[in-house]
Amino acid sequence: MKKIYTKSKILTDTPTHYCPGCGHGIVHRLVAEVIEELDIQEKTIAIAPVGCAVLAYDYWKIDTAEAAHGRPCAVATGMKRMLPDSIIFTYQGDGDLAAIGTAETIHAANRGENITVIFVNNGVYGMTGGQMAPTTLLGQKTATTPKGRSKSREGYPLKISEMLAILDGVCYIERTAVSSPSNVIRTKKAIKKAFQNQIDKKGFSMVEILSPCPTYWGLSPQEAMERIEKVVVKNWPLGVIKDV
Amino acid sequence: MKKDNPEKILMVGNEVIGEAAVSAGCRFYAGYPITPQNELTAYMSKRMPEVGGVFIQAESELAAINMVFGASCVGERAMTSSSSPGISLKQEGISYLAGCQLPAVIVNMTRGGPGLGNIAPAQSDYFQATRGGGHGDYRTVVLAPNSVQELFDLTYLAFGLADEYRVPVIILGDGALGQMAEPVELEPHIRYKLTNNKKDWALRGNKTGKHKIIRSLLLGKGALERHNRRLEEVYNKIKDKEVRFEGFYLDDAKLILVAFGTSSRICKKAMEVLRSEGEKIGMIRPITLWPFPYDIINKKAEDNVKFLTVEMNMGQMVEDVRLAVEGKAPVHFYGRPGGEIPTEKEIIEQIRGII
Repeated sequence: MKKIYTKSKILTDTPTHYCPGCGHGIVHRLVAEVIEELDIQEKTIAIAPVGCAVLAYDYWKIDTAEAAHGRPCAVATGMKRMLPDSIIFTYQGDGDLAAIGTAETIHAANRGENITVIFVNNGVYGMTGGQMAPTTLLGQKTATTPKGRSKSREGYPLKISEMLAILDGVCYIERTAVSSPSNVIRTKKAIKKAFQNQIDKKGFSMVEILSPCPTYWGLSPQEAMERIEKVVVKNWPLGVIKDV
Repeated sequence: MKKDNPEKILMVGNEVIGEAAVSAGCRFYAGYPITPQNELTAYMSKRMPEVGGVFIQAESELAAINMVFGASCVGERAMTSSSSPGISLKQEGISYLAGCQLPAVIVNMTRGGPGLGNIAPAQSDYFQATRGGGHGDYRTVVLAPNSVQELFDLTYLAFGLADEYRVPVIILGDGALGQMAEPVELEPHIRYKLTNNKKDWALRGNKTGKHKIIRSLLLGKGALERHNRRLEEVYNKIKDKEVRFEGFYLDDAKLILVAFGTSSRICKKAMEVLRSEGEKIGMIRPITLWPFPYDIINKKAEDNVKFLTVEMNMGQMVEDVRLAVEGKAPVHFYGRPGGEIPTEKEIIEQIRGII
């Protein structure tokens, strides 16, 4: 019998702490598969965020530092500048990357730091109890927008990927989703390209991945996937935002 | 290597810190402009590329300290510098460095505060520096130079101590020390051998099958307490081995001045003037503010002496002096806050009022 698929050697056997239906498990797997396929495990260093994915280092066999909330791109800068031949990637959520870490993200991108950013956008703060994130959609109810996000009270969802795309230091930004098998395959391709760009020393690459949070969306895992396809992608259109 | 006739050159304090860092093997510097330490940032922008190092002008103090965190994670000697308001911003990163047991050197050329304060020399960040500074239960080694030569020596030492104990080390200077020019030998006048920079804990990529993790989050039952206890052991070792101070006339002194940094220079003058008039004045100058030289002060407190602590603040180190004295001797205080420097005359008047 021919084995056509197996778990990546980069992943550990530790069961994840993620809620049923969470997208982080899928994204972890894709990152692990890409690192294995590119054969870069021995020179890759990851930066785990503060947020749901803070324990990522328990799930992959990659040297990992845990950064303060919002600071992964600054930490990555220090690492990459000292070890330019290593592969440095950050794994960040929406609050980490686009709220408390906005400055660090924008300036690392603008300097053209040759790093890879895996940006998981689920539109809420999952770790702290489902509060409004910078990417929470208008009308979306969260622990801190009980009547739904209002443009007059909370402002608009922050288009961080589109903002970053206008910067000259950025070489690649794509928005994908993990809401269907075909979208998962596209996400993996994008992640691979973002790592390959770093290997080719092309500059700042980021993949924004729309990911479900059934727990704080108040939906079943299946309904959460459907919400991405029906609602979320209307606000966050999928596709390549920048590729130079 | 100590030369027989080392060459002395005239250099500004802030630049000397940079040169000392270079000679200690620092190859990463990130900083953000703030007066009165800008000469150091500018110096590193020129010097780092010359020695194959990296200079980054960061977008903020937060970014700068976190870039240092990153460089330290991969095993490199790294430094950042700032002045009081900027050091407040760096406290987040300093707490994480301490929690992750990462070496780093942080220079604070203190200015007046609170808030934006002014840009004059001050010693008002003593509490912040010696009590950890950020959140959580930790300490940083705090070195207090009082001359341009010592800026060199103690910066060099700072990298050694940071590596040896895996702790952040603070150089607590002030705007006067940073901007004064004095003759300096660009080699350390201190017996300290930097070990090699091989750090088996550093992240370099998983080549062994077992990946390394640098983190400060410890959620398991009792895990954080065990970690805190490990840190405590390190701090106790530092307290045992690394206390540094300079003593003057401690054998016969009836009044002992206690001062650090810039104010210790003025106190020394005042002491010499009064000595020439036959007054038995001595001085203790803490060089490490943490660990603080409690023992020598405690010992002298039993000799029927009085203490006068002189600081450029409203009274911060004096609390450590009182802790050391344990009520066994009177402890007086004279301070000038707000970026003002006490004069020799003022200190002499204070001493005369006590003796």
